[in-house]
Amino acid sequence: MPPTDAPHVLRLRGLTKRFGPVLANDSIDLDLRRGEILALLGENGAGKTTLMNMLFGHYLPDSGAIEVADGADGALRALPLGRPQAALRAGVGMVHQHFTLALNLSALDNILLGAEPLFALRRRTGAARRKIDAIMARTGLNVDLDAPVGRLTVGERQRVEILKALYRDARILVLDEPTAVLTPQEADGLFQTLGAMAREGLSVIFISHKLREVLAFSHRIAVLRHGRKVGEMRTDEADLPAIARMMVGQDVESPPRPPMTPGEPVLELREVTLAGAGGRAGLRGASLRVHAREIVGVAGVSGNGQAALAALVSGLAAPEKGELLLRGAAPARFDPAAMIAAGVGRIPEDRHHDGVVGSMTLAENLIIERLDDPAVSRAGFLRRGRIRAEAERACAAYDVRGQGPDGAARLLSGGNMQKLILARVFERAPDLILANQPTRGLDLGAANEVARRLLEARARGAGVLLISEDLDEILALSDRVVVMHEGRLTEAPARDRAQIGLMMAGRGAEEAA
Amino acid sequence: MELLDILTNANFWAAAVRIATPLIFGVLGALICERAGVLNLGIEGIFTAGAMAGWMAVWLGASLWGGVLAAALTGAAFGLIHATLTVPMGLSQHVSGLGVTMLATSAAYFAYRTALPDVSSPPRITPFQPMDVPLLSDIPLLGPALFQQTALTWLAFAMTALVWWALARTPLGVALRAAGDNPDAVDAQGLSVYGLRMGAVTAGSALMGVGGAFLTMSAFDAFFFGMVNGRGWICIALVIFASWRPGKALLGALLFGAFDAFQVRLQTAYGGQVPGQLFLMAPYLLSILALVLAARRAEYPRALLVPWFKGQR
Amino acid sequence: MIRVEPRTPSRALAAAVPVLSAAAALALAAIPLALAGADLAEAYALMAKGVFGSRFALSETLTRATPLILTGLAAALAFRARLWNIGGEGQLYLGALAAAAVGSGAVSGPSWLLIPLVLAAGAAAGAAGMAGPAWLKIRFGADEVVTTLLMNFVVILFVQMMLEGPMQDPMGMGWPQSAPVLDEATLPRLAERTRLHAGLPIALALVVAAHVALSRTVWGLKIRAVGENAAAARHAGIPVGRTLMSAALVSGALAGLAGAGEVAGLKGYLTADLSPGYGYAGIVAAMLAGLSPLGVAASAAYIAAVFVGADSMSRALGVSNYLADLVVALSLLSVLVGGFFARNRLVAVRAGKAGEGA
Repeated sequence: MPPTDAPHVLRLRGLTKRFGPVLANDSIDLDLRRGEILALLGENGAGKTTLMNMLFGHYLPDSGAIEVADGADGALRALPLGRPQAALRAGVGMVHQHFTLALNLSALDNILLGAEPLFALRRRTGAARRKIDAIMARTGLNVDLDAPVGRLTVGERQRVEILKALYRDARILVLDEPTAVLTPQEADGLFQTLGAMAREGLSVIFISHKLREVLAFSHRIAVLRHGRKVGEMRTDEADLPAIARMMVGQDVESPPRPPMTPGEPVLELREVTLAGAGGRAGLRGASLRVHAREIVGVAGVSGNGQAALAALVSGLAAPEKGELLLRGAAPARFDPAAMIAAGVGRIPEDRHHDGVVGSMTLAENLIIERLDDPAVSRAGFLRRGRIRAEAERACAAYDVRGQGPDGAARLLSGGNMQKLILARVFERAPDLILANQPTRGLDLGAANEVARRLLEARARGAGVLLISEDLDEILALSDRVVVMHEGRLTEAPARDRAQIGLMMAGRGAEEAA
Repeated sequence: MELLDILTNANFWAAAVRIATPLIFGVLGALICERAGVLNLGIEGIFTAGAMAGWMAVWLGASLWGGVLAAALTGAAFGLIHATLTVPMGLSQHVSGLGVTMLATSAAYFAYRTALPDVSSPPRITPFQPMDVPLLSDIPLLGPALFQQTALTWLAFAMTALVWWALARTPLGVALRAAGDNPDAVDAQGLSVYGLRMGAVTAGSALMGVGGAFLTMSAFDAFFFGMVNGRGWICIALVIFASWRPGKALLGALLFGAFDAFQVRLQTAYGGQVPGQLFLMAPYLLSILALVLAARRAEYPRALLVPWFKGQR
Repeated sequence: MIRVEPRTPSRALAAAVPVLSAAAALALAAIPLALAGADLAEAYALMAKGVFGSRFALSETLTRATPLILTGLAAALAFRARLWNIGGEGQLYLGALAAAAVGSGAVSGPSWLLIPLVLAAGAAAGAAGMAGPAWLKIRFGADEVVTTLLMNFVVILFVQMMLEGPMQDPMGMGWPQSAPVLDEATLPRLAERTRLHAGLPIALALVVAAHVALSRTVWGLKIRAVGENAAAARHAGIPVGRTLMSAALVSGALAGLAGAGEVAGLKGYLTADLSPGYGYAGIVAAMLAGLSPLGVAASAAYIAAVFVGADSMSRALGVSNYLADLVVALSLLSVLVGGFFARNRLVAVRAGKAGEGA
C-alpha cells in the first residue's frame, strides 16, 4: 500500500543546475514521504542523476533548496548544500550507478570509511561489526565483510553499497539505476528487499529508465525530461503509454524490421575459449554463428564474457582454444588491422575510451582505420584536401552535428560521437558489424538512428552481432537471440522475456522453458 | 678478496644499512604519496633541498635535531607546491614533479652558493654519531650492522613501522588507501579527497627531506653539488619493486644497500684492473633491472596519476 | 568554497600563457636576487645587456639555443606520443660520444662526407640510447620515466670511463677529454667573431620537418593518436608498440644530434661537462612550447637567453649563476599553472549555507 498520509521526509524546491550552456535541471520540485518508494523516470540525459547528486551534495545547485527531516521530531530542516557529509548526517544515503567502492579495501573498511573519526589511533571494529551483522540479519543483504571488495561479485558490491548507507542510519535511500547490472530475477529480489525496508519506514528514490520495473515496484512516479519535471503520478493510477509519451516527449516509433532470409555465415565461433581481462569472465567454449542479412543479439548480465567476445571480434584478443572464422576463413592475424581488412566493422562499447581520439579532428577520426588507403595518404603524407571533403560529406550524410570536420571530436555530444563512429564503420560497407552497447547513453532519437543504420546494413547483406544489456533493445532488433552466461553462449529457443531472463541467471534453455 | 670474506665482514653490513637509510626515508615518502594517488617525481630535488637545509641549519648553529626538522619542513614546503599543482589543480604529475625537482635542486644550490660564495673545500659540521648500544653491538655481524648506526637510521626503522601501522591499522590510513584506489568512494563517504591527497604528499615529502638530511648530517658532514646523484629516482623504482608495501620497501632498500656496499668493496678489490665507473653504474642498472622484474606483476594504485575534481563524476 | 569551471577554449589565451609564464618566472627571480643582496634594477639591466647588448651577446644566445632546440624537439615529440623521455641528457652525451669517436680521426675524408657521417653517428647513438627504455616499456611495461632518468647517470659514467680510457686524448696531458674533432668533420661557422655554427640552421630545418611530420603525415597522425588515446588507436588498428618505438628512436636521435652538434660545431672535443643540463632544459622548452615543434624554436631561444643573461649578470655582480636554473624551473611550473588558468576559471561559490544555493 502506498503511504499517502505518512509525514514528509524530503522536500526539494526549485533545484536548478547548469553545466556550461546545458541546463541539466530546471527548477525541480519533489516531495517524498516516509516509507514511500518513488521512481524517478526519464531517458538518458534527462537530469535524474544530476538531481540526486545535488541532493547528496556532490553538486552544488545554482539555485533551490532542500529540506530533510533529519531528527527524531520529524520536522523538515534545510540541508546545507554541496556537502556529502551533511547529507550523510541528515540520513540521506546514495547508491551510485558506478559503485563508489575502493576495491583494495575490505567490505568492512568500505562501510566504515568516513564513519569513524579520521584521526583515531585505534579502530574499534567490534561494535561496528555487530551493528552491520544486525542489519544484514534484518534485511538479508549478506556479504563477507573481510573479503576485499575487488573479489566480490557485482551483486555483492551493490549490497555493500546499500549496507554503507544503512550503517549510517540512512532514512532516505537513493539508488541510481540499481538494476543495470542485475539479472531480472536478481532485480526482483532487490526490489522485494527494498519493499520490506520501506514498510519499516525507509524512504526510497530509485532512478530508472525501465518502465516495467518502475510500474511493478514503485508507489509514485516522477518523470523528468530535458531537465524538467514533466509529470508526477501514483503508480496505481499510472497509464503505461501516457508515461512513455511523457518520458520521450512524442510518439517515437522504432524502425520496422522486415523479415529476411539469412545468407551464408559471415562469422562463426567454434568452441572458443579465452581468458577475460582483469579478472572478468572470459569465453568458455563459446560457439556462435552470424549469417549475412541477420542480426544476432547477445543478451546477458554484463560481466559474463561480453567484453571478451567483443575483444575477440574486434581483434584485440586471440582465442586460446577453438576457432574464429570470417566468411569461412580464419583471419590472417588477431589484431584490429587484420579484422578491419577482413571486413569487420566495430562499434565499441565505450566511445570515449576506444572509439575516438578526443583531441583529433572529426576528419582525422573518420580515416583513422584506413590510413594506408590511397584515398587517404600518398607516400606517407596525408591527402588533407580529400580527407576534409570526404569528412564534410560523411558528416552531412550521418547528420554529425558539431563544429565541422576540423573540430575536435571530444566536443561532440554522445549521440553525435556515436554517429561519427557509425559513419566510419558503415562507409566501408563491412560484411560483419560488431555493435557493442551501441545505444548506451543515447537519447531515443539517436538510438533509433543507430537501429535504423543497423537494419539498413542488414538489408544490404551484412551480418550484425549486437551485444546489449538492454533486453528490450535486443528483442526489438534481433532475428535470433543468444544468451551469455559465464562465458558460454546458448541460443534462446524463443523470444520470451521470462525465459531469457532465467537463462541470463544461468538456467539451461529446457529448464527455463 | 673472497665473496665470503666480504659477506662475513661486519663493516660491510654496517655500510649496507648506512647506504640504505636515506633510501628507506625516500621510499616510504614516495610510497605514502603514491598510495594516495600522487606520483612525486620531486623526490630527487627534495632530497637535495633537505640535504642542504639540514646541513645549513646546523652550520648556522641549530642542533642536529633542529637540522632534521629544518630538512623535514623544507621537504614539506616543496611537497606542498607539488600537491597544490597536482591535487586541486589536477596538473600532470610527471611534469610538476620534474619541475619541483628542478626548482628544489636549483634553489638548494643557489642558497648554498649565496651563503658560501667562495669556498674551495666545503665546510664541515659535527654529524650524528653512531650509537654504540652496549652488549647488542657485540653480536657478530648483526651487532655492528644494526647497533653502531646513528639515530637517523633508527628513526628510519621506526618510520617504517609507523607508516606500516598507520596505513594498515588507522582510519586515516584506510582513507588514504581509498583515495589512491577510488577517490569517488572517499568523496561519497563525506571525506575530503583533496585534504587526504595534499596531506599525504606533504607528509611524504617531509620524509624525503629527512632522507636527504641523512646524507649531510650522518653519512657525510658537508654538502656537495650532485651529492644526491639519482638516489631519488632509485626510490621511485624501489616503490614499484616493493609493491607499495612499507615492509617490502625496507627490505628493498636494505637489499639495495647491500648490493651497493658490495659493489664498493669489489671496486676496492679490483679497481686496478677494471674501470671504476663500471662499478658505479651497477646500482643504476640494478634499479632498472628491479623495475623490469617488478613491472609485469605490479599492481599500481588504481587512481595513481589520475586527477580527481570535486563535483565531476 | 572555490569551484573550478572550464573556460571556452581561446587561442589568444593559449598563446599568451607561455609568454606570461616566462615573464612571471623572470619576475619571480627577483626574490632570490634580493635574498642574495643584489640591486634588482642593476641585475635585470645586466641580464638584458648580456643577451641583447652586443652582436656577440646575441650570437651567444643563438649558439646556446641550438642544442636546446634539438633536445626540446626530442622531448616534444616523445611527449606527443605520451612517452616520457626524460633521458635527453644521456642521449645527448651518447650522441656527443659517437660524434667524437667518428670525427676525431677514426674515419678520414672530405667535409661533405665527414660532417654528415659525424651527425648521423650522433643521431644513431642517441636513438640507440632511447631504444632500450622504449623496449623495456613496450615489452615489460617498465616505467620509462624512471629508466630514462637512471640511464642518464649510467651514460655519464660511461662517458667518463671512455674519456679516462680508450678515448682519452693522448696529447691531452692526462685530462679526461677526447681527441679533437678533425677540421673536415667540424661544422662550418656561420659568422665571423661568433661561435654560431651550422648546427643552428640544421636545428631550425628539423623544427619545420617535425612540424610537417606531426601535422601532415600518417606517422605524425599515428603518434598523436597513440599519445592522446592509446586504447582508441589500438582499436583502430594502429600498431601502438611500433609507433611508440619509432617516436622513441626519433626523439633519441634528436637529442643525440644536439650532442653531436656541440662536439662538432662548438667545443671541438668531448668532455664530461659538455652539457649544463640541456637535456633537462629541453623538457622545459617543450612544455613552454605546448609540445608544438614551431614553438620549441622560440622557447629554446628564451631559455638560452636566461642562461646567457644570468651568466653575464652573475659575473658582474657575483650572484650565483644557479639563478638561471631557478628561472628555468620557475618557467616550467609557471607554464603549468598558466595552462591551468587558460583552461579553467575559478568561481567563488558560497557553499554549505543552509537551504540556499549561491
